[in-house]
Amino acid sequence: MLQRVYDWVDERLDITPMWRDIADHEVPEHVNPAHHFSAFVYCFGGLTFFIIVIQFLSGMFLTMYYVPDIVNAYESVKYLQGEVAFGLIVRGMHHWGASLVIVMVFLHTLRVFFTGAYKKPRELNWVVGVLMFFILLGLGFTGYLLPWDMKAYFATVVGLQIAESVPIVGTLAKTLLSGDPEIIGAQTLTRFFAIHVFFLPGALLGLLAAHFIMIRRQGIAGPL
Amino acid sequence: MHRGKGMKFVGDSRISAERKPNIPKDYSEYPGKTEAFFPNFLLKEWIVGAVFLVGYLCLTVAHPSPLERMADPTDSGYIPLPDWYFLFLYQLLKYEFAAGDYLLIGAVLIPALGFGGLLLAPWLDNGPERRASRRPIASGLMFIGVLATVYLTWESVDHHDWEAAAEQGEMLGDEEAELAEQVDTDADGYQIYSDQGCIACHGDQLQGTGAAGPALFSTQYDAETIKDIAVNGIGQMPADQFDGSDEELEVLANYIANGGNPDGGGEEGAAEAEEDTDAEEDAAAAENE
Repeated sequence: MLQRVYDWVDERLDITPMWRDIADHEVPEHVNPAHHFSAFVYCFGGLTFFIIVIQFLSGMFLTMYYVPDIVNAYESVKYLQGEVAFGLIVRGMHHWGASLVIVMVFLHTLRVFFTGAYKKPRELNWVVGVLMFFILLGLGFTGYLLPWDMKAYFATVVGLQIAESVPIVGTLAKTLLSGDPEIIGAQTLTRFFAIHVFFLPGALLGLLAAHFIMIRRQGIAGPL
Repeated sequence: MHRGKGMKFVGDSRISAERKPNIPKDYSEYPGKTEAFFPNFLLKEWIVGAVFLVGYLCLTVAHPSPLERMADPTDSGYIPLPDWYFLFLYQLLKYEFAAGDYLLIGAVLIPALGFGGLLLAPWLDNGPERRASRRPIASGLMFIGVLATVYLTWESVDHHDWEAAAEQGEMLGDEEAELAEQVDTDADGYQIYSDQGCIACHGDQLQGTGAAGPALFSTQYDAETIKDIAVNGIGQMPADQFDGSDEELEVLANYIANGGNPDGGGEEGAAEAEEDTDAEEDAAAAENE
């Protein structure tokens, strides 16, 4: 039955080459922890991706309850956490995932650096990876404000102060992020929400695709 | 791939009528113990992922994500702290050579060198050698960078007063929230409370602001003592905070002594009782309407 559905689709869209392209890639011995336990360091990248997928999913569920305005934001998070079934788990996964993903990216970066895997011809993939690291930091910074509690608010105040201290572009950057050169309030929250939920995840998806396509084109770096 | 004459398509589409076989590649002649990603390696990866997920969920259940009280931009006494992965940057800005007149060094120059170096690593370290031990400058710089980041994060965590931080952000308990709600912000006493600046440290509902000022709605002091404290200070609270007239001081002291309920009578208990009957009467009136 499944085979006939596959054949029906394949006849019309020729999906076999695409499917073989995804399924048929080699996993060399030196990155396979089943053969060399020390190769677990090659898992960090995959685990980073795993957490990012969890962040996308849990974040999508959080937006079903979250209200990005200064009157209701805090109450909606409190409600989500205290009243909604499994709300505590979903928010908890998103909260801890934000920290775990930074840890995993850090470890993945160190692995790539110390195995020299960023050398020619893989320079561009390294650059894309570092850009994704910056985006994840941006996601952490913008997401921290959204619960609109004390530490969220004042961490953002400090962060924007630091941004403001940059010469020439500092005030512009602060205004762009917070919606006003002075006030950190209603505009800031909606902007951070938009950046956290639309702009940065969109950019992250594009760069992730580029990261994976480049790995498939070039293959995994050989053993040292 | 079929080229040239005799190409056949499905209908009027550009999909080739020739079916390609759906069989995995043969890895038997690849070096070492190479295996296919799908399904062999994916299954193993799946197991690693499942174990990781269990640990992740345990963490989530054991440590629910924190939530402090609602943001109050007027609370000037709050000691801010960014999330832990920004602490190294936050700590850096506390050092003399990276703050004040040298803020540019801490806020722009050092981060730009660090992150810029990371971004451009393939061109800064462009030799063909991959082993970390054979490119000591690159590895050394990375090692120092990691060490500095870990050290700065550690210092920042060490300097922070975690107990005060937990206290200053605490949500009000149910009982306290009820008391805070009963505070009459239309009273003359509240006007004085606000004008004299008490509000900055003791909050807009007399709820206090953690480290800077205690809650006032359930204070144990009587009006006379409160007058004295407002003028002469107590503990960390400096003297001469109040500079209004004696009448204002009288109203303010009575207001605070009654937990923000000047009409509630002398005793706090009586004030609560009367508030309750008021609320009941209101509810009854609302029902009648």
